[in-house]
Amino acid sequence: MKKEKKQRELTFFDIPKNRNMVVRLLYAVLTILLIIDLFIHRHGDFHWEESPEFFAVYGFVACVALVFVAKVLRIIVERKEDYYD
Amino acid sequence: MIENVPLGAIFIIGALFVPFLKGKIKSSYILFLPVLAFITLLNMPDGTHWVFGFLDYNLILVRVDKLSRLFGYIFIIWAFLALLYSIHLKDKVQQTAALIYSGSALGIVFSGDLFSLYIFWEVLAISSTMLIWARRGRESIRAGFRYLLVHAVGGLSLLAGIVIYVAETGSPEFGYIGLSGVASYLIFLGFCLNTAVIPLHFWVPDAYPEATVEGAIFLSVFTTKTGVYVLARTFPGTELLAWLGAIMTAFPIFYAVISNDIRRVLAYSLLNQVGFMVCGIGLGTALAINGAVSHAFCNILFEGLLFMATGAVLYMTGKSNCTDLGGLYKTMPITCGLCLIGALSIGGFPLFSGFISESMTITASAKESLPIMWFILQFSAVGVLHHASIKIPFFTFFSEDSGIRTEEPPFNMLLAMSIAAFLSIFIGIYPDVLYRILPYPVDYEPYTLDHVIGKLQLLFFGVLAFCLLIFSGYYPPEKRTINLDMDWLLYRKPVQYGLPALQFIFGGIASIMGRIFTESAPRVLANFVSNPRPKTDRLLSPMGVSVLTAIAFISILSAVFFLL
Repeated sequence: MKKEKKQRELTFFDIPKNRNMVVRLLYAVLTILLIIDLFIHRHGDFHWEESPEFFAVYGFVACVALVFVAKVLRIIVERKEDYYD
Repeated sequence: MIENVPLGAIFIIGALFVPFLKGKIKSSYILFLPVLAFITLLNMPDGTHWVFGFLDYNLILVRVDKLSRLFGYIFIIWAFLALLYSIHLKDKVQQTAALIYSGSALGIVFSGDLFSLYIFWEVLAISSTMLIWARRGRESIRAGFRYLLVHAVGGLSLLAGIVIYVAETGSPEFGYIGLSGVASYLIFLGFCLNTAVIPLHFWVPDAYPEATVEGAIFLSVFTTKTGVYVLARTFPGTELLAWLGAIMTAFPIFYAVISNDIRRVLAYSLLNQVGFMVCGIGLGTALAINGAVSHAFCNILFEGLLFMATGAVLYMTGKSNCTDLGGLYKTMPITCGLCLIGALSIGGFPLFSGFISESMTITASAKESLPIMWFILQFSAVGVLHHASIKIPFFTFFSEDSGIRTEEPPFNMLLAMSIAAFLSIFIGIYPDVLYRILPYPVDYEPYTLDHVIGKLQLLFFGVLAFCLLIFSGYYPPEKRTINLDMDWLLYRKPVQYGLPALQFIFGGIASIMGRIFTESAPRVLANFVSNPRPKTDRLLSPMGVSVLTAIAFISILSAVFFLL
């Protein structure tokens, strides 16, 4: 009984303040990465690899594109769970 | 002690004694087998052993070189971890099948000729089906049958290819084949099916999520990775393979985003990972092959770790859908932490093993000046992060609390996961340990400042995109639905419509044949056996006259012949 009560308490991620802290931490890391990138010399096999912040832009765009294409794909291929029965 | 015993035999013959053992003796015996195999492999010199004459050919049961040794090590390590993970099982069918399955995978890796390869290939297909059927549900039985049929087709294609190939070249040697001629295409088809190369990948997301918790740990590794191994031996540098591999890295990601069952998400991520290996083999340069092989090595550990973690969740809660799970970090913190290590490894974060192997293949595509391929591979690299590194842990352990209260899985499961997690980090920090045993000398340094920063940017901005999409509600919600894949196009729909058509054609033929053989033919045949009508004078009937004429003619001829 005691154990169950303990488990029902709010834990780390249930508290909005903690969640916001994690998100702010992410923003901080992103900013640091963007700044460092300006100061390092890049070598790449393609010329666009050498332009600053290329990977940041590509990572973001790729992920957004992925989700939007997946949404379109879902319209085409989605079926009910008992479709094959 | 007999020297250089075929490693597959240790497992397969060893498996036959499992049904007679019980309790702790059985457990220690099962775990002893991979240890024995590992020690045997360590002491085995390079070269061929156990060569037998068969018809006009040589069967080579053990061929040790750098490539087979590497796959041998990782397969034995994984067999040990997976057996440890499933050691609590009382189901001897599963443990026996798992041992035979691991043994046949090792048999393939160390085969030196195509005939022995083929035999192990079929044992592999059958024993792996048992691991799906062992779950004993209605869906599993059906998925198992589909899996077996698909592999039977692949096996037949391979057999036909091998027979033609041996007839053409006169040698069953298992070495470079290359795409030219019917035989090579048939073999290629058989190999590609087991490697789940697109568009022959559909059996992976169909069957693996239906396997038992423990069976999936074995399945996720052996079938596709033996496929990678045989492709690396027989078709390195095949351009078609490079492009199929590149498509294979990207295509499953979209499905992973919209799949609900976390084990199905993992099955798609498995395809994406095998895509990197297939692409590397297709590129065929020393760097690319090293990349493919090292990625196979690392992937077995972290992908397997993810299958173990999601399997542990299924084992403890009986649920594996994103819609049913969430908030489990509260009650399964250790499993959650281990799952995150697997997630970071598969995402390719620096200091984890995915980082040091995946990037080799991507760099190889750049060295070959293939910008489109490079863009696809980079896209896939960030896509992996999205579905495997974020989606699986997020919807299982975090996200909205599902109200499920459970406990950590049994100790043996946690121990197996911890060892896999440890190895993933260890290889990530000390890549040279792995680089030293690769088939080609390695001239590649993963930890350069610009590589690390570039990769981190790629990944963290992918995380940002995920967060923003979740916050804004644009992220596709998890739904209780399934998604059609290639199997719909390749056999499910054709069979649905094809069956009535076939019924019409063959039913028509059957009814015509039926009429011929049950009505017309007996009526005609009856004439030969019915009583002839009574005749008054048979000799003078037309038949009688003709018989008499014939006898007379033959008498005259013989008289002439003898007298002259």
